[in-house]
Amino acid sequence: MSDAREGRAALRYKGAEIGVAAFLFALGALVIYGSLKLGVGWAEDGPKSGYFPFYVGLIICVSSLVNIARALLVRDADNKTFVKVGQLKLVLSVLVPAAVYAALVTWIGIYAASVLFIGFFMRWLGKYPWWKVAAVSLGTVVVLYLVFELWFKVPLPKGPLENLLGLG
Amino acid sequence: MDEIQSLMQGFNVALSPTNLALMFVGVILGVIIGVLPGLGGANGVAILLPLTFGMAQSPGGATSAIILLSCIYWGALFGGAITSILFNIPGEPWSVATTFDGYPLAQQGKAGQALTAAFTSSFVGAFFAVVMITFLSPVVANFALAFGPPEFFAVYLLTFCAFIGTSKEPPFKTLASMMLGFALAAVGTDTVTGTLRLTFGSTHLLTGFDFLVAVIGLFGIGEILLTLEEGLAFRGAKAKISARVVLDTWRELPRYWLTSIRSTLVGCFMGIVPGGATPASFMSYGVARRFSPDGDKFGTGKLEGVVAPETAAHAAGTSALLPMITLGVPGSPTAAVLLGGLMIWGLQPGPLLFVEQKDFVWGLIASMYLGNIAGLIVVLTCVPLFAAILRVPFSVIAPIIIVICAIGSFTVKNAIFDVWMMVVFGILGYLFKKLQYPLAPLVLAIVLGDNAESAFRQSMLMSQGEVGIFFSKPLVGTMTVLALLLLFWPVISWLIARLRSRSG
Repeated sequence: MSDAREGRAALRYKGAEIGVAAFLFALGALVIYGSLKLGVGWAEDGPKSGYFPFYVGLIICVSSLVNIARALLVRDADNKTFVKVGQLKLVLSVLVPAAVYAALVTWIGIYAASVLFIGFFMRWLGKYPWWKVAAVSLGTVVVLYLVFELWFKVPLPKGPLENLLGLG
Repeated sequence: MDEIQSLMQGFNVALSPTNLALMFVGVILGVIIGVLPGLGGANGVAILLPLTFGMAQSPGGATSAIILLSCIYWGALFGGAITSILFNIPGEPWSVATTFDGYPLAQQGKAGQALTAAFTSSFVGAFFAVVMITFLSPVVANFALAFGPPEFFAVYLLTFCAFIGTSKEPPFKTLASMMLGFALAAVGTDTVTGTLRLTFGSTHLLTGFDFLVAVIGLFGIGEILLTLEEGLAFRGAKAKISARVVLDTWRELPRYWLTSIRSTLVGCFMGIVPGGATPASFMSYGVARRFSPDGDKFGTGKLEGVVAPETAAHAAGTSALLPMITLGVPGSPTAAVLLGGLMIWGLQPGPLLFVEQKDFVWGLIASMYLGNIAGLIVVLTCVPLFAAILRVPFSVIAPIIIVICAIGSFTVKNAIFDVWMMVVFGILGYLFKKLQYPLAPLVLAIVLGDNAESAFRQSMLMSQGEVGIFFSKPLVGTMTVLALLLLFWPVISWLIARLRSRSG
């Protein structure tokens, strides 16, 4: 893989602007739809539940349309790189594990998931020797356990492993 | 004077051993948060807020809780300067202007002087802002006691319109971001009628979106993703502060007294207006450059160029708490998080706080004085320690920060769904930051959405649907007109520019 490839634009500003504005437009439309179902008019006791969000949704849609229009007016020469391939790879190398981590928390609890997550990060991105990986990931989790469960008495999600150890 | 007496009582509350200890813990945690990439004032306080739920239940606990959290805020304000000067990485948006002269100074081996100047002027800015809060907030609160729903709605309107009028971002992006916040706030139970809305049948959305999760995702995860683009390594200057350097710098600082006063004024004023600290720091840097005799040497490492933005940023960050405690309208995202904390603890922010919760309010104000002194001591003595944190490789620190963010999101409502939402908000934060959608109005709208809506609907009930109620009395009318002026400011200033260019 060459540096030229890494430095190439994965996405330009025009595309990113339009994508985000379109996403917001869809959200605004969803809010309008939900408000219409609730009623946007007046009842005997004042404005209905959908009254306020309806206008909020409307403003989201209108301003998103303006933002899309503004993005479309950008000339190709001014269309700068939004994110380079190399940068996107770095970002995804954090984002994807973070998403997997969020999913793991559901299944195996936050402690085991955190050990795996920190371990994965240090080993694959940081190329640390295993003993350092183990020390940092286990150490962090133990400190978190002490602070949250014992000191502040805030229970965190646990999985089968903690139950097995009798900590659940 | 009543204020002095109340303040003394406040010192009585704040000087208890527990509260003093919490102050130092808060400041140290705050500096660490301010130094770490991806953690800042707003999301640092948001992550630690759930820990205070239990604390606030005990008698006097709410005061201890706010002291802890506000000291984290002061610490984060101090911490931002460390990363800006030593690493050229602004830890917070308002420390961007500090990098202009702070980093060149560090490269010339004068990091100690730059840091001492930054910390000292931060302290000075904050100190004057607290003095202002002490004397001005009872007046504002007293004034606001007579507010009804239309007046409160006008204040909210003014706050949000100020974002559109004053922010550097494109107005329609500010508008979209703000309205997204209102939409997210509307999800869940309608606070006025109690009906469910916009949940689309999802049980996860019954309780709505929590602003704490949004803050942690937007500022925490989003910031880490942004930092990553720059690569994995930080290179920084060495930091060492000896008593000698501190004293020498202190001897030099009085020379910049005029800059200090100007920056304090700019900061105090901009802090009360929402979204203040960042523009305040830039503005005061600009003003200092224009008026200083060495103005043309700014950017090459002038101490004055560190003094100006730091004083203003701290003055603004501190005075952002004035509208929060007196009106219930925060002036910055971090103040918004603190406001959310008050609501969760069962305190209704606003003018009544000064009547019903005297101990709390004056304990908080007294802690601002003490917290900033504690902050100055901590940062002056422990800089090398804090700088060492930034030398921990990113591949170690990033996953730990993400884990802490996840725990913070989870503990808000004990819901794993919120960990998911954190990731989603993180992506949103990354995209919004890169595309210049401002995050502050989004956060403020999530926090204030329900209040603003109910103020609006109550006003509408009072007037039977007549919008004229917002112009009916002089006070409410003035605020509404001012708000509309700010709302249409981008159009107005464009028109003025057109007219000027035509006549010229």
